[in-house]
Amino acid sequence: MLRLHEYTYHRPGSVAEAARLLASHPGRARVIAGGTDLMPNMKHGLFTPEHVIALKQIGELHGIEERDGELVIGAAESLASVSRHPVVRAQFASLSQAAGSVAGPQLRNMGTIGGNLCLDTRCTYYNQTHFWRNALGYCLKKDGDVCHVTKVGRKCVAAHSADTAGVLMTLGAVADLESVNGARSVPVVDFFIADGIENTVREWNEIVTRVRIPLPSPRTRTAFQKVRQRGAIDFPLLNIAVVAQLGAALAIEDLRIVVSALGARPRVISGLDKVAVGRPLDEETTEAVAQRAFQQCHPLTNIIVDPDWRRAMVPVHVRRALTELAAGSVTAAE
Amino acid sequence: MHSTIQLNVNGDRRTAGIPAHYTLLETLRYALGLTGSKQGCDKGDCGACTVLLDGAPILSCITPAWEAEGREVRTVEGIAMPGELHALQHAFEVTGGAQCGFCTPGVLMSAYALLSTNGDPSLDDVRDALSGNLCRCTGYTKIYEAVLMAAQALKRDGGGRDPVPGDRDAAVVPAERAAGE
Repeated sequence: MLRLHEYTYHRPGSVAEAARLLASHPGRARVIAGGTDLMPNMKHGLFTPEHVIALKQIGELHGIEERDGELVIGAAESLASVSRHPVVRAQFASLSQAAGSVAGPQLRNMGTIGGNLCLDTRCTYYNQTHFWRNALGYCLKKDGDVCHVTKVGRKCVAAHSADTAGVLMTLGAVADLESVNGARSVPVVDFFIADGIENTVREWNEIVTRVRIPLPSPRTRTAFQKVRQRGAIDFPLLNIAVVAQLGAALAIEDLRIVVSALGARPRVISGLDKVAVGRPLDEETTEAVAQRAFQQCHPLTNIIVDPDWRRAMVPVHVRRALTELAAGSVTAAE
Repeated sequence: MHSTIQLNVNGDRRTAGIPAHYTLLETLRYALGLTGSKQGCDKGDCGACTVLLDGAPILSCITPAWEAEGREVRTVEGIAMPGELHALQHAFEVTGGAQCGFCTPGVLMSAYALLSTNGDPSLDDVRDALSGNLCRCTGYTKIYEAVLMAAQALKRDGGGRDPVPGDRDAAVVPAERAAGE
């Protein structure tokens, strides 16, 4: 039995009211949408806010619709509804697959797309009960001053573990944020920073309100690969999101690959213009891209599975994703 | 400090005084006495606490109780008809789908939600629907068998034992009314 600390639960009726509540309790409040990340973390004593501000009942945070050349998804839409939405399935197969592969069915009914974007980073030495962490002597991310992964590092290396974030980065999505100071938009590719303690640019008083994705062209193809121990429930050991613009004879006009679940920030694979753009998507190009991804990824012992094996899986799943793209057999998640 | 919460559980309106930080599972078990939903891992991994919220399976151990206010909660206590097991419960008994039984209430609720939207599920549909429920005894084979058997039984029996919550109430209420009159 894991008991929660005592807190006050607020259910505001609008984003403005939620933002006011959040701003009026600096350092003592947290927002909750699906609660699938925050509730277990609170049960482990990782967060002990005095005020918990619910977002899921706010009408303006819901809805999935096409508007001005974009698909606009309310941040409180559940991962289940995002993965099943007909436009998402038809236009953004990788997003449908990623949202449909998060945890298990119950958690997808609860968890939201905004919450997935703001998912706390995860580490063997962090996602443990207070008893466990106290026995070991705490860590850099919570209550301690030493990183048990790197031993000497001064930077938290907990793993970014959201499934949809890498996909949204490849799709050129934008996150809308709102606070008492106003609204702003941040491209998802700029949303994350390489610091496992607070790995997003979201300020403490900001709320993610929407995710906007530009509608794809007919030449766009997407793919998503996820590695985990079991076929459900587990967080990813490795995620690969790919978006390509393919011309005649599979000529690559543009290629974006994001590898995530290794470090605190999803990694955009660089230099693909040198090895892929302008070439056909064949075996040779696929191999060159896979090797480039391998060279740029350096997992650590932040989550339980052997980092060398996780690294070795990077080119394997980049190859699988590109083979899927070439075959054009990209299908939405069930 | 306790506050009063009103919940609609298995078609009954229930009122309870709970601390503000109680989960839905704690409210069901410790304030309403509905101990069918199990407290397993208590952090959203195992699925033993699965209940339906407006017909969709969710994990009550990580759902704040207040999120269930004004919505229809269905627990394992609310799937049998008076004096008669639900087809799923019967099938679990016949196939040996329950061994130690701890995961069973959660598995039943995930299966109940599946059968309310898909009357003729394939084995893959059943595996997907139950993929958020851990069982350490059965190896799942008997559980899948039970759900497929229940689906066939419900199809044979027609609408009378359809596991859609609304339909169940409709089937029960007229009989009670008739008795009252």
